[in-house]
Amino acid sequence: MDQIKNELTHKSKASKQDVRGRTIAFICIAVIMLVVLSILFMITSRGLSTFIQDKVPVSDFFTKTVWNPSAVDANGHYLVGALPMIVGSFSVTILAALLATPFAIATAVFMTEISPKRGQRILQPVIELLVGIPSVVYGFIGLTVVVPLTRQLFGGTGFGILSGTFVLFVMVLPTITSMYIDSLKSVPRFYREASLALGATRWQTISRVVIRASVPGLLTAIVFGMARAFGEALAVQMVIGNAALLPHNLLSPASTLTSVLTTGIGNTVMGTLPNNALWTLALILLVMSLLFNLLTRYIGRKGGLK
Amino acid sequence: MKAKTIDRIATGIIYALVSVVVLILLFLLGFILIKGVPHISWKFLTSPAQAFIAGGGIGDQLFNSFYLLILTLLISFPIALGAGIYLSEYAPKNWVTNLVRITIEVLSSLPSVVVGLFGFLLFVVQFKLGFSIISGAIALTFFNLPLLTRSIENSLSAVPDLQREAGLSLGLSKWKTVTRVIFPIALPGIITGIILSAGRVFGEAAALIFTAGQSAPAINYADWNPFNGTSPLNIFRPAETLAVHIWKINTEGIMPDANQVSAGASAVLVIAVLVFNLLARFIGARLYRKITAGK
Repeated sequence: MDQIKNELTHKSKASKQDVRGRTIAFICIAVIMLVVLSILFMITSRGLSTFIQDKVPVSDFFTKTVWNPSAVDANGHYLVGALPMIVGSFSVTILAALLATPFAIATAVFMTEISPKRGQRILQPVIELLVGIPSVVYGFIGLTVVVPLTRQLFGGTGFGILSGTFVLFVMVLPTITSMYIDSLKSVPRFYREASLALGATRWQTISRVVIRASVPGLLTAIVFGMARAFGEALAVQMVIGNAALLPHNLLSPASTLTSVLTTGIGNTVMGTLPNNALWTLALILLVMSLLFNLLTRYIGRKGGLK
Repeated sequence: MKAKTIDRIATGIIYALVSVVVLILLFLLGFILIKGVPHISWKFLTSPAQAFIAGGGIGDQLFNSFYLLILTLLISFPIALGAGIYLSEYAPKNWVTNLVRITIEVLSSLPSVVVGLFGFLLFVVQFKLGFSIISGAIALTFFNLPLLTRSIENSLSAVPDLQREAGLSLGLSKWKTVTRVIFPIALPGIITGIILSAGRVFGEAAALIFTAGQSAPAINYADWNPFNGTSPLNIFRPAETLAVHIWKINTEGIMPDANQVSAGASAVLVIAVLVFNLLARFIGARLYRKITAGK
């Protein structure tokens, strides 16, 4: 009797185990949440200290063009104008996305609409390999092939936004392509059938029905590609020339947020303004990555296929 | 007639663009392999790097890369497995789960340099670990966690609900069902995910520059006591990996054969990633056949 009572009023071994397992699994999730929260908190608090502790006006930071954090100008203001890096980052990102999009559309359309079999056999591995090549290898090839080529074709030193664009183009191409393939695949088959049955050619079907129906997916893919380009550090840093000057054309040496960060953070002392200013750049990177994230969410919610 | 001509032209353009993409990849692979492979020799793979004279190898860097990779997987796999199990099996459909998913997505989209800087701030500066393997491995874990979690979650939720129902109807607890029924079926997918993430971790450099450091102090391969400073297993020594080495010699290297060394090291890196990709396919397919008894 006691044993039955015990079994009825107490948890069984299996049930205890279940609770334990569930708790362990939840702790793992909590660890990830904690990591993200502390990343957001630490980078934000470090990044804001330029404005709070060193009292640099926010407007100066985003609009001035002279970046020399260890010096002050005639009025005693720190020379921390981050505009050159912001312009550099945005120009390589946008140019690379613009250049990559036609290629990504063509590759994705080829794989889903024109020749799925050959696409699967040849292009799938091509995309996977392009994703797999490490970014330092892209940087190395950029340095030994793209930079000299740019120098010969367009003049200048070869280091600059144009070379950065070429390197990033190859790096974001597979990201945009593989995401766009998924969205093309989710276009219902009867859309195509209906269009072809109306007598449309394959290209008419592709351009006016399939691509039209997958525009939100394409936009999401491009934003993802841009996020990758914006955050890419070493490959860009190796080919862009690392001069914190406002670029006046595509061939003059420039710099991006990431390139200044990778070269600078080891050479500054914690807690000083030159160091804080770098953390502010990291904060801009972080905020941009969050914005890209929000943007893809917004596009997905607004334009999903119904 | 006109529409058909346009159709042909458009198809031609698509073919042209696609061939450019294929040519780019062929060029990249060809360039790295043709330039790099002739430089690879047993001596190159085993001898230490040289800072000022020609003839340096990548022995220590290669060892560091693999050691960091193993440590990273050891730390990140249990966490990702737990998180994946929770998301696919336990998570209720509510705002908390939604928030968790958003957080993981945010982590996966953070630039790796930001993750590296966070690791630098927390471990190198705050915890005073200095540039060390353990700082690098934890930074790489942060970088690896979201992708690994997602791939594990996907492999788990791809298992048909029939299996869960069968397990529960046999009177197994949910946890037992997950660990004894669902997990083994999902294992091929999980292993593929791990190997693919290993390829990414192996080539990552931006997150390591300020965590594992950019120097490779001499290692004494005869000393396997992890508490000695020069032991290869010591997790508190700075360790430059292969990817960081390529970056370093290309930006500030002064040895006369910097170009050949980076070509050789790039080739090793790319070959390693290729091997990881092939392994992922092969082992995944093999295990799947074994477990499902398919052909």
